[in-house]
Amino acid sequence: MAAAESYPDDLRYHREHDWARIEDGEAVLGITWYAQDALGELVHYEAPDDGGRVSKDGVYGEVESVKAVSDVISPLSGEVIEVNAKVVESPETVNEDPYGEGWLVRIRLSDASEADGLMDAEAYKAFLAEQ
Amino acid sequence: MQTLRRTPLHERHVALGARLVPFAGWEMPVQYEGVIPEHRAVRADAGVFDVSHMGELEVEGPRAHELLQGVLANDLDRLAPGQAQYTLLTNERGGIIDDLIAYRLEPGRYLLIVNASNREPAFQWLKEREIPGSDVRDVSDEYALLAVQGPRSIERLGLEEAPAFTFAMNEVDGIEVMVNRTGYTGEAGVELMVPADDAVALWDAVIARGVVPCGLGARDTLRLEVCYPLHGNDIGPDTDAISAGLGWVCALDKDFTGADELRRIKANGAERRLVAFVMEEPGIPRQDMPIDGGGEVTSGSHSPMLDKGIGMGYVPADRAEPGTELTIDVRGRPRKARVVKKPIYKREED
Repeated sequence: MAAAESYPDDLRYHREHDWARIEDGEAVLGITWYAQDALGELVHYEAPDDGGRVSKDGVYGEVESVKAVSDVISPLSGEVIEVNAKVVESPETVNEDPYGEGWLVRIRLSDASEADGLMDAEAYKAFLAEQ
Repeated sequence: MQTLRRTPLHERHVALGARLVPFAGWEMPVQYEGVIPEHRAVRADAGVFDVSHMGELEVEGPRAHELLQGVLANDLDRLAPGQAQYTLLTNERGGIIDDLIAYRLEPGRYLLIVNASNREPAFQWLKEREIPGSDVRDVSDEYALLAVQGPRSIERLGLEEAPAFTFAMNEVDGIEVMVNRTGYTGEAGVELMVPADDAVALWDAVIARGVVPCGLGARDTLRLEVCYPLHGNDIGPDTDAISAGLGWVCALDKDFTGADELRRIKANGAERRLVAFVMEEPGIPRQDMPIDGGGEVTSGSHSPMLDKGIGMGYVPADRAEPGTELTIDVRGRPRKARVVKKPIYKREED
């Protein structure tokens, strides 16, 4: 079942519809409710390699629905320390729980100050309202 | 800026929350609930598609048969009134201007249901070749077309079983419809043609009978699983019918436009063939992706029934045998696939 629309207050948001949950020099990344809704039910997640580097505003993977493929953009820079194997196995997990079970990667941050350039939930919602 | 055309059911699609997209100059529903649940509804029960964007051409007159025999690849002599056949409108090179279904309404009157994107080219092609005693008319705007497909579609509509590729006038909840035993999903089903003014009433009646509204997204994954070619992807004016695996539609013992070239290709053997394949590694093939060793994907998607990437594409003839391993360039990543016998998906025998 698809999740209901929401944008949790504890996350930071990137304009390409990606989110980051930052804690202790690490961040968990994923795509927002808006992104998964635009794509439809996901059927493939092309994940980055463990240990690979991701850079802020750079592409680190792809998510794909029946009709469309989309790059996943990293909101922050760092090193991939974990890929969500559950999403690789069952990509629709992202539709069901985009901010929980449907996270995509965990990274170790290389520059925690980059988070200052991201939107909070209120700013992201205002940004969506303009789309 | 081009204005998109809308079918008589546009307001129904909006009310159902459909996602509407431009397709061949029309604003069409690509999905309602989602491609995958709609696909499954058609495989398991019944779904309805608004395909009113498709074109309807009527060819009438004492020499209508003669005109069509000369331009269509299949043999109309095999059709009695009340019967239909899948056929091709071919050019001099044996290329495919359109693939269509020809319905023999009366001895001297045919209906051709053509692809939305080829309505104009097909009409022009026929109009230019009209002979005295044959009249070609584009009647597309007069009709709406609903495809009701799936193993329970006939039962849900309250119709009787009938052989594939036949048609007859009938009624669904008091609405007079032309019931065509045709489809594009690989399932049992019908295509219902009605005057445009009756489209909404028919749609409502079909939905009230528990048939699931389905968009063009599911229509594409359904047809790909059963390897029905899509004009503009898998076949077109520059691909010949033999290489496309449509030799069975070509009556090479009669004369029609491009027949000489098709006979030559058949005698010499096609250099490339349209094959079906299933991905053996993660990734979803998409149109225009290169296939290692020369070739390209012409249609690709995710198969909801196999839960894998599937597709069709042209490969050199010596790589077309089922079992052959292919490598597909999925946005820079080489991914293995295997040629399979068509269709890719077949219902398990109960």
